[in-house]
Amino acid sequence: MKPKSQRLIILFFFLTLLGLSTFLVLKSLEDNIVYFYSPTDINEKILSNEFDLSKRIRIGGLVKENSILKEGKKISFKIHDGIDEILVIYNGILPDLFREEQGVVALGKIENKNFSAIEILAKHDENYMPKEVSDMLKKNGKWKGKLN
Amino acid sequence: MINYLANPNRFLNFMKPIEFSIGVFTFLFIFIGLYLSLFNSPEDYQQGDTVRIMYIHVPFAWFASFLYFSISIASIFFLIWKHPFADIIARSIAPLGLIFSILTILTGSLWGKPMWGTWWVWDARLTSMLILCIFYFAYIGISNAFPRKIDGSKPAAILAIVGMVNLPIIKFSVDWWNTLHQPASIIRFDGPSINQEMLLPLVIMLLGFLFMSIFIILINIKTNLIYKKYQSEILKLG
Repeated sequence: MKPKSQRLIILFFFLTLLGLSTFLVLKSLEDNIVYFYSPTDINEKILSNEFDLSKRIRIGGLVKENSILKEGKKISFKIHDGIDEILVIYNGILPDLFREEQGVVALGKIENKNFSAIEILAKHDENYMPKEVSDMLKKNGKWKGKLN
Repeated sequence: MINYLANPNRFLNFMKPIEFSIGVFTFLFIFIGLYLSLFNSPEDYQQGDTVRIMYIHVPFAWFASFLYFSISIASIFFLIWKHPFADIIARSIAPLGLIFSILTILTGSLWGKPMWGTWWVWDARLTSMLILCIFYFAYIGISNAFPRKIDGSKPAAILAIVGMVNLPIIKFSVDWWNTLHQPASIIRFDGPSINQEMLLPLVIMLLGFLFMSIFIILINIKTNLIYKKYQSEILKLG
């Protein structure tokens, strides 16, 4: 065999093994790589008891319509993902993008089935459009909820 | 064609007549693209004016990844066919890619602070981009680590190929895992989710970045060739 084709074959095997091992590492670290859990994930994990409730976690989803309650500095709202929802209690500054049906990610702990947050970040979605377009879509009733 | 251009002198002769036009195109596209994105494109319905950061953030990010891909391809050519010119090309791309990856992260945090509420999070997209930046540093470091530069070429090429696994992770991180970073808006199955008026300046900027990259890399290639000649002359003088 020519040394050239030999090197080519070695490289090919090397790349296959490298790809495979990376895949396995990422697969086994999946729980650490996800930045947040959805309310559905949380409920599943609580039911199956594979969850350390004393650990700080992040949950993400959309702010439920008509669920925002403000009492002085304390604020509570529900995060939902279309299937499940969870009540979040927070005491602090909200990001500018925070509004109903907006994606948010909250950091905190689960305390008696509610989520007590210490930090809230807004999640922007992949849609970019001018204001006139979004107004027109809303007027024509073609505005899609972000989950549909 | 590749074989023909693999010779540095033939390559430079081939590029000479189009070099100037590449520079002109760079200037034109970046100028028009910046004008459109800063002054003549609509505000976003949610982000307002902050959306304008996207017009440079996306080209930085795309070309940081694409230039890394080019380095790994050149490195494969160098390792298997032992083309010394492939090594020169890979070395000439690296500094530009490093700058792009740093600017991707900087422009991204400038956008993240007002939009997300944070400069930085350790989500999969941001972290994999940081890893790309580190790979660039490592590549440049290793390829220049030896007194005789050429001794660093082989280990650096192997490193470049190893780093290639990071590229699909960057691209698909937003689909595979929950991330704070938004999913893809342009290259996706059901077409772009970005309004046409905003897509146009972005496409012009991307073209401008393409010409700019070629232009700067050409200059780097020439510099590296001259340096190599200089080194071999010194060796001859002993």
